[in-house]
Amino acid sequence: MTGTQIFFLIVGAVTLIAGLMVVTVRNLIHAALWLVATLFGVAMIYAILNAGFLAVVQVVVYIGAIAILFIFAVMLTRRQAADTGASINSNWWAGAIAAAATFAGLAFLLKSWSGFSKQAAAIPSGFDAVNQLGNALTSPQGYVLPFEVASVLLLAALVGAVYLAFNKK
Amino acid sequence: MIPLSWYLILAAALFSIGLFGVLVRRNAVAILLGVELMLNAVNINLVSFWRYGDISLMAGQVFAIIVFAVAAAEVAVGLALVISVYRRRNTVVAEDLDLLKW
Amino acid sequence: MNFWNDPLKVAADWLSGIFTGWGMNSVAANVLVAFLGVLMLITILMVIDIFLVWIERKVVARFQDRIGPNRLGPFGLIQPFADIIKLMIKEDTTPDDADKVVYNLAPMLSMMSVLILWAVVPLAPVMLGVDLNIGALFLIAAGSIGTLSIIMAGWSSNNKFSVIGAFRQVAVMISFEVPMLAVLLIPTIFSGSMGMNAIIQHQNIWYVFLSPLAAVIFLIAAIAELGRAPFDLAEGESELVSGYNIEYSGMKFGMFYAGELLHAFTFGGFWAIMFFGGYRFFGLEKVSPFLAIAIILFKALLGYWIIMWVKYTVMRIRIDQMLAFNWKFLTPVAFVLVMVTALMNALLRGAPSWLFVTGMILSNIIVAWVALEIVRSISRAERERIEGPKQVAEAHH
Repeated sequence: MTGTQIFFLIVGAVTLIAGLMVVTVRNLIHAALWLVATLFGVAMIYAILNAGFLAVVQVVVYIGAIAILFIFAVMLTRRQAADTGASINSNWWAGAIAAAATFAGLAFLLKSWSGFSKQAAAIPSGFDAVNQLGNALTSPQGYVLPFEVASVLLLAALVGAVYLAFNKK
Repeated sequence: MIPLSWYLILAAALFSIGLFGVLVRRNAVAILLGVELMLNAVNINLVSFWRYGDISLMAGQVFAIIVFAVAAAEVAVGLALVISVYRRRNTVVAEDLDLLKW
Repeated sequence: MNFWNDPLKVAADWLSGIFTGWGMNSVAANVLVAFLGVLMLITILMVIDIFLVWIERKVVARFQDRIGPNRLGPFGLIQPFADIIKLMIKEDTTPDDADKVVYNLAPMLSMMSVLILWAVVPLAPVMLGVDLNIGALFLIAAGSIGTLSIIMAGWSSNNKFSVIGAFRQVAVMISFEVPMLAVLLIPTIFSGSMGMNAIIQHQNIWYVFLSPLAAVIFLIAAIAELGRAPFDLAEGESELVSGYNIEYSGMKFGMFYAGELLHAFTFGGFWAIMFFGGYRFFGLEKVSPFLAIAIILFKALLGYWIIMWVKYTVMRIRIDQMLAFNWKFLTPVAFVLVMVTALMNALLRGAPSWLFVTGMILSNIIVAWVALEIVRSISRAERERIEGPKQVAEAHH
């Protein structure tokens, strides 16, 4: 068991446990904070995968914006300070079976794929992932069109969200 | 080192947990939390396939960045919808939003 | 490679040699040495933090035409230690219906978000926590964790004023991250990399001369991120009884307070790195790493002094004025500045350096002047709409 493997096991366990807490905890603010823990675990997994830029962007975008948006939304949609009523459906067993079946199906499908237990290729020296990513995102032979369309999408979402949530008093 | 299977199993487990959250939770904001978990699981898959495939092909990371943008847009609009529904109906429990039911 | 040229590597090698001599696995020895290095850095930072309290109190006193603490020790130097002892022996209260775990976690996260910033600050050419090639973005990421800790503090205190203060502070912080991100692109454009060490190594001419407007915008955005005056509406004593801090007492409040001062010092350091050449000073840093550390600490203290100067001179702004200032003035100016800088950088790439510098400064002045003219004409139109056009002054008899 190398150090990286032990580190991955710890990070993976933390991520999955935090994910379980997100979907089972009753108090929604706590659920949002467990989501922050899950997102942080995912950022660490990106770092293990040598995608450092994605790890930092994950923290900035997901934890710094989306998780805070969730916390604001939870605070704005509470009728009273305490959480009343059941937090989980009455059909929770069906949902659990569906989720377990999905996991089993995915695992079975992946196991029968030939490249399942591939090992990582070593990164060639002098390979600058950030540089390559920047080139890919802005070169016409690369992905500049999806990049620009994504920015239009964000503009549309911005206008839409402001319009929907605007309080015309 | 770490074989690819570990990342894929982790992503599958996170996806299933998110799916459980979406199917089972009553509060609309909690359902959106489950959707976020599923999007993160997909992203882990994309980045690990980038790493364990051809590293010089940046499609994996670019796809992951587009997923970031789409997830942010979806959360913004979704939560705006939830907040405006709360202002009208004074509830965010998904079962109570049944005006269009037959 | 002797001790005076490369102290950290020599010490790390010696320590891991001792640990492997005791029979430890070499990987575990390296991890342990790294932990010890982190511990040493955090200890030094907290000691600096103590003296920042003293500096803060003396400087505010001088700005207010008084002397400041001078009873405990020479020049009042023991005063911060007395403050710390007082904070530690205070009763550790928790409000009745507060969310205990979140309430206790918030000050720890706030302090953590400041301390992890020092992992990317290059103290000397060879003394660097980790040379991230995305160091500038790391600055924003650590700010996000600080934002989260403030929401946690405000919410878990179970107090309406606390929640209002936290909401306002978080709204200001996430709003001012946008111009800060845009302005952080400008040293990146000039040096071709987001890594802190690379930015410093490329600063043959300090970037404050190449882009003074960027330095000013970064300073304004940094002061807003810190939550210090004139952007401290969230903890204005006269409005909100110290905002998200209300229910915190004792050492937990001490962590927020000391964390804020250390954060201000850290941003002074980043201002120095990005725009004032970091540890470089006409080649003095090559003499010894300790001289480089002294140079960067001196520049960070200068930046911190300017931040304090602004705090104790300018009045507080209202929350809607703050947000309007950000979204209607600072963000458009920052984006236009990034576009103009990129354009000028591409046009003047091969030019001799005097032409480059004058071209950049001219473009900055033009952007600032045009922005201020637009603001002036808008405010003139607004004033005329409210007060009516200006009357000709009547001659007095």
